[in-house]
Amino acid sequence: MRLLGFIAYRLVAMVLVLLVIAAITYSIFYLLPTNPAQLSCGKPCTPENLARVKEFMGYNLPWYEQFWDFLRGIVVGRTYGTGAAAIVCPGPCFGYSFRLNATVTELIATRFPVTASIAVGAAIVWLLFGVAGGVISALKRGTALDRSIMTVAIAGVSAPSYLVGLLAILFFGFTLGLLPTGGYVPFTQDPVQWFTHLILPWFTLAFISGAIYARLTRGEMLEVMGQDYIRTARAKGLRESTVVVRHGLRNALIPVVTIFGLDLGALLGGAVIAEKIFSMQGLGALLIDAVQSLDLQVVVGFTLFAAFLIVFANFLVDLIYGVIDPRVKVRV
Amino acid sequence: MSTAIEQGEVTGRKTGFRHIVAQLRSDRWAAGGAIVIIVFVLAAIFAPLVTAINGQDPYTYHLSTLDDSGAPRGFGGGISAAHWFGVEPLTGRDLFSIVVFGARISLLVGVSATLLAVFLGVLVGVTTGYFGSWYDRSMSRVIDVIFGFPSLVFMISLTAIVPTTFPRPLLMILVIGFFSWPAIARVVRGQTLSLRERNFVVASRAMGARPWHIIGAQVLPNVSATIIVFATISIPSTIGVEAALSFLGVGVPPPTPSWGRTIGDAVTWVQTDPMYLVFPGIALFLITLAFNIFGDGLRDALDPRRGAAKR
Repeated sequence: MRLLGFIAYRLVAMVLVLLVIAAITYSIFYLLPTNPAQLSCGKPCTPENLARVKEFMGYNLPWYEQFWDFLRGIVVGRTYGTGAAAIVCPGPCFGYSFRLNATVTELIATRFPVTASIAVGAAIVWLLFGVAGGVISALKRGTALDRSIMTVAIAGVSAPSYLVGLLAILFFGFTLGLLPTGGYVPFTQDPVQWFTHLILPWFTLAFISGAIYARLTRGEMLEVMGQDYIRTARAKGLRESTVVVRHGLRNALIPVVTIFGLDLGALLGGAVIAEKIFSMQGLGALLIDAVQSLDLQVVVGFTLFAAFLIVFANFLVDLIYGVIDPRVKVRV
Repeated sequence: MSTAIEQGEVTGRKTGFRHIVAQLRSDRWAAGGAIVIIVFVLAAIFAPLVTAINGQDPYTYHLSTLDDSGAPRGFGGGISAAHWFGVEPLTGRDLFSIVVFGARISLLVGVSATLLAVFLGVLVGVTTGYFGSWYDRSMSRVIDVIFGFPSLVFMISLTAIVPTTFPRPLLMILVIGFFSWPAIARVVRGQTLSLRERNFVVASRAMGARPWHIIGAQVLPNVSATIIVFATISIPSTIGVEAALSFLGVGVPPPTPSWGRTIGDAVTWVQTDPMYLVFPGIALFLITLAFNIFGDGLRDALDPRRGAAKR
């Protein structure tokens, strides 16, 4: 019952945050003195054409009606224009690209697997290596192993991902010829190719972010392993591996999970950069194309989608947090 | 520590400016970082003079240095006595000049965005920590949201709607600064919360000092060390964001030299002309590393607890 209350509280908070984000995004992008209809009208843009586009896209309505249509569209979908020329955008409708003649939802859905493959894989690799590196470093504190892991870690913190990624392409791709130099192969088409094409992006992102986690885990582990309950656990005669994993690591991981939740937005950003390095056509490429061709519907729809995705993922992290840390109580 | 508090001598421990400089000087890593930072700052300020040594600038085309495919002739991307770092493919512009001038935009955006973030972060952090109540609770929610926000996506999107007449470096300073303040606000808030309960603040309040006087005279001086350290370790990340935006093609427009954009251009040349990637890449890596190491050293020097644990 307590857990259900916690979930319900978090759900309500999430919906509130989503509403606020939608309102802010909407006002920044549509109420600022930009003219989306002008942008979609094409060149040359006659006044009659502009008026027609405005009406079609619903920009002739007062702002509150526009915002309502926009919000309703996200939940149940909406229709642009009337009669035979009407375009139906089924819910969840994040907008319609008049340039690409597709709903933003469709565009996102086709590109989503690329970015998700990069992001999820990279997160798994960096958590594994970052946490393992930090734990080893902490247990072997002061040794040459500790120092070398921490040196690699500070280099990783400082290195820009595109530099590391491009050097990795140069070395593993062109010089050694071991791995593909770029591109994306769908999992359904060829799982092995999918995997080999993703190894470099995964490890590139993991090298950058894993470094932060290694430093964090090391610090937390050192702190936790000095606690009285660790001494008690050892005194009880528990095996060292049990002490380290069950009593040490479990407590050291709590802040790591917090930071991971905060890093989800950065993870998406990292995936956007990785797409450009490894020439993959994912969500990042979609957004950059839209920005460069001033396709505002895609820009706004995608920004909102990204924000929703991160807020939702944070909600999931919060739930995990409740599981690994029994002390977590519903914060009001 | 505790005796110092009882005697009311907060400045009693050795945290004077001279003491910090001495400690930083004895920390070889931090000193090295500081030297690298100074070299880059000087290079950025005197960029026209530095490139004038060799009679080069980052804008002139040298098409004679390229072969028919547009790649630079000769070893290492056209490295020669005239072009120390070689030349840019397709245009033949001097890469050394591009790297030296590129330091300008990186440092300008990195430092200015950090200053903006520190200003906002300290303002919000001190006031939420000191005044508390509903103001603190609502700002904490705002910070939570901005923290987890996909800021890079938002920054890219914003470049689409801001008119091209608006100067891009200023836009980047504002946007990056705006997304960077929550981290410092959180740290400063935490420190303010504990300072508020300290005896000298309580005494000051009992003597009738107004809140803004306490914030200015008692709270701010005591969080200044944290602010300085945090600002130093924030600079590399703001420099990184500027480079990332330019890398993605939505940052500083050409022909203004920018490391990030050059690295982005180098993506298609990585096989034929890797040095085109390596020089701006190393510059970016060095300045980031220098700020990180210097920031670490500064933290050790300012935090007596950490300094003692190290020895």
